[in-house]
Amino acid sequence: MKTATITLKTTPTLYLEADVITPDAFAGKSKDEILALPVYEGRECYKLGDYFEIAGEIGDTPENTKIVVNGDCSKVKYIGAKMSAGEVIVNSSADMYTGAWMRGGKLTIKGNVDSFSGLGMEGGEFTVEGNGENYIGASYRGDWRGMQGGVLRVKGNVGSDIGTFMNGGTLIVEGDADVHIGTHQEGGTIIIKGDVNRRVGGQMVKGTIYIFGNMNYMMPGFKYTQDVELEVDGYKGTFAEYIGDLGERHSKSKGQVVYGKLYRKK
Amino acid sequence: MSEILIKNGHVFDVVTGIKGDKADIAIKDGKIVDKVSSKAKTIDASGKTVMAGALDIHAHVAGPKVNLGRWFRPEDKMIRGEMRGGIVKETTRMEQGFSIPSVFRTGYSYARMGYGFAMEAAMPPLYARHVHEEIKDTPIVDEAALPVFGNNWFVFEYLKEHNIEKTAAYISWLLKVTKGYGIKVVNPGGTEAWGWGLNCLGINDEVPFFDITPGEITKGLIEANEYLGLPHSVHIHPNMLGDPGNAPTTIDTMKLAEGYKAKNKFGREQLLHMTHLQFHSYGGTGWGDFCSNAKEIMDYVNKHPEITFDTGNVTLDETTTMTADGPFEHHLSALNHLKWCNVDVELETGSGVVPFIYSPNVFPCAVQWAVGLELALLAKDPMRTMITTDHPNAGPFTRYPRVFKWLMCKKTRDEQMAAFKHSGKVADATILNEIDRELTLYEISQMTRAGPAKALGLANMMGGLAPGMNADVAIYNLNPAKMPTDPEEIEKAFSLSAYFLKNGEIVCQDGQIVHSGTKKTFWVDAKAPESKQVNRDVREKFLRYYTVTQANYEVPDSYAPNPFVIEANANV
Repeated sequence: MKTATITLKTTPTLYLEADVITPDAFAGKSKDEILALPVYEGRECYKLGDYFEIAGEIGDTPENTKIVVNGDCSKVKYIGAKMSAGEVIVNSSADMYTGAWMRGGKLTIKGNVDSFSGLGMEGGEFTVEGNGENYIGASYRGDWRGMQGGVLRVKGNVGSDIGTFMNGGTLIVEGDADVHIGTHQEGGTIIIKGDVNRRVGGQMVKGTIYIFGNMNYMMPGFKYTQDVELEVDGYKGTFAEYIGDLGERHSKSKGQVVYGKLYRKK
Repeated sequence: MSEILIKNGHVFDVVTGIKGDKADIAIKDGKIVDKVSSKAKTIDASGKTVMAGALDIHAHVAGPKVNLGRWFRPEDKMIRGEMRGGIVKETTRMEQGFSIPSVFRTGYSYARMGYGFAMEAAMPPLYARHVHEEIKDTPIVDEAALPVFGNNWFVFEYLKEHNIEKTAAYISWLLKVTKGYGIKVVNPGGTEAWGWGLNCLGINDEVPFFDITPGEITKGLIEANEYLGLPHSVHIHPNMLGDPGNAPTTIDTMKLAEGYKAKNKFGREQLLHMTHLQFHSYGGTGWGDFCSNAKEIMDYVNKHPEITFDTGNVTLDETTTMTADGPFEHHLSALNHLKWCNVDVELETGSGVVPFIYSPNVFPCAVQWAVGLELALLAKDPMRTMITTDHPNAGPFTRYPRVFKWLMCKKTRDEQMAAFKHSGKVADATILNEIDRELTLYEISQMTRAGPAKALGLANMMGGLAPGMNADVAIYNLNPAKMPTDPEEIEKAFSLSAYFLKNGEIVCQDGQIVHSGTKKTFWVDAKAPESKQVNRDVREKFLRYYTVTQANYEVPDSYAPNPFVIEANANV
């Protein structure tokens, strides 16, 4: 794998939309071609080279391409969006839509990410070492396809509405989360190792949510079934199992009604 | 205006009868002319295909239900559309959306494909203002809209007594106040019945509380249409859209036109336009034994010159269904459990919107794809056969070039057929594999130009390249003398025309919009003897039932700032 390093030299006045910072867009191109890729600030189109410098080598395929992003990218959106392979490491925070619709490869953000990151993610490994904001691993506004595959891990805390319409993959939050977790969830796994506020699993029909910490209020549509011994992301212990959301239409599989499952660490 | 000479193109045109021979097309002051002076700007079309601007006879491109689709499907802009259509280019406005494009994208996309006219297929009269606001904002393409009459209380009441004069007087009034073009019928009686939780599943199913049947409604409207001598015929979406085993109902509906005569001064010959026939040509009793009945349907159509139809081809995309057939959308939402919206339009109609994915992995979707193509390929008269996708119901209109490719190339059909998840089962349920026909460019020009122009009563000005006609000319990068070996090139050529001229102005060059044109709103002023009784009924309905006043109902002239009014006179 070859590594290219890009460094932000000009901080955008507004916000920079740079969905070209992906191994897919870089692979097989010369440095000049990469610096000529289009980015957007407000309603104007610019070149990547207007904001970034590039060094290192570029791989011939996305699989062989690693991109290290230096400089303060907290005003850069869409880094790693729709990437299918290779690796991207951002040594700072990143703005909204980071890793949105990501399909494969590895994306690491050393700082925080803003809302809508990992939106509709389909595959790959996405790690945020800092905090996330709202709608992490959710669906785009109006869409019914949230996170669908891959692993999204946030080591810090997140905001509200994470995993909305999630129907696959694993979303792990090692810190706390605010309201609306896994709303309309139709599959996949959400693990919150810290505390949550309320409205967990509202309208969920399928999939699993694990809550390790406190929950302020439980949704009335969930029903306790049993205590179970489980191993969840390296932790072994007893969890209380609930099924729900009982107010929703649930499908059947082999004669059995399928419910969403909510586990709370005992 | 300037003069233009299009030189050496391979011309395909029904009106002048040129079938691919090299010919020059001269244009002056927005019209086709015999010859131009030596000062004319020349366009070299050698090695290219030249056709008149195309006409789309049925598409949902303007109005409340289209906008409702835009409201509740932001993801159609974000995921399916271009993420950054919002960047403003020099001559054009921003474009957004895939299955429900913005008005600008609608106009530009039609122009890029060489289309100069589009018929908005269902205008709820109460919301005619909204329809005209969007038509006004859609650049380049001329447009008209068909108000819906098939579930209208006035029509029910007059036709219950079989009073054609009153029905016609009402239609004449409504076309005038809504600036409408003709008579659209959607699931006659069914949408009204759905207001009571019911539907009409055949032409003899009575509409609750109105004591009238879909058959009586349709026959009455055909009579009123010919009494008024309108340029277009009754344009019908029959009962039972999308249901397995609906073909007999479709044939029953077509039979309703038997025995009548087309009476108009516009050269129209048909009495009934069957729209998106693909959705109405199914056999079977359920989704398991779902199959094509395209052959039975086309056997009837081929023998009956009073019928025209458009295909409604499924394009295997993720799209947004929207129709005035309220019960159908409710039924569809129960099948796919996606977002759903239904609306009742007081006294007049209703509608619904549901996103839909025509997946190649789903058996019925694959059969629907085959049925649409079978209809066009089994048609003996290309002039009565028109290609549509019932945009956006079976797919977006931007996929027309893909449909042309399938119709023009058996190899691509076979490849698609083999690629279906249930290809064997699909092949058994359809007859597409047995059809070897490949449409020619001339037949495509009949189905997209001269045919729809004639069916809409516009044959004297559109759909052809004879002197005196509107100078709408499309030039495609297709050399008929050397057709590309790769069928994808056909799709590409029709998607991005080399040139498109609208009213003698170059609006699109090399697939890029270069001019926003001077679009017109077409509507029909149907002159009929006034009926005092109808005027009183209208006034009373507004006082008793409508939530708006009569004065606020009419579409003011400012909503169609560039109108083209066609006058029709009743055959009294």
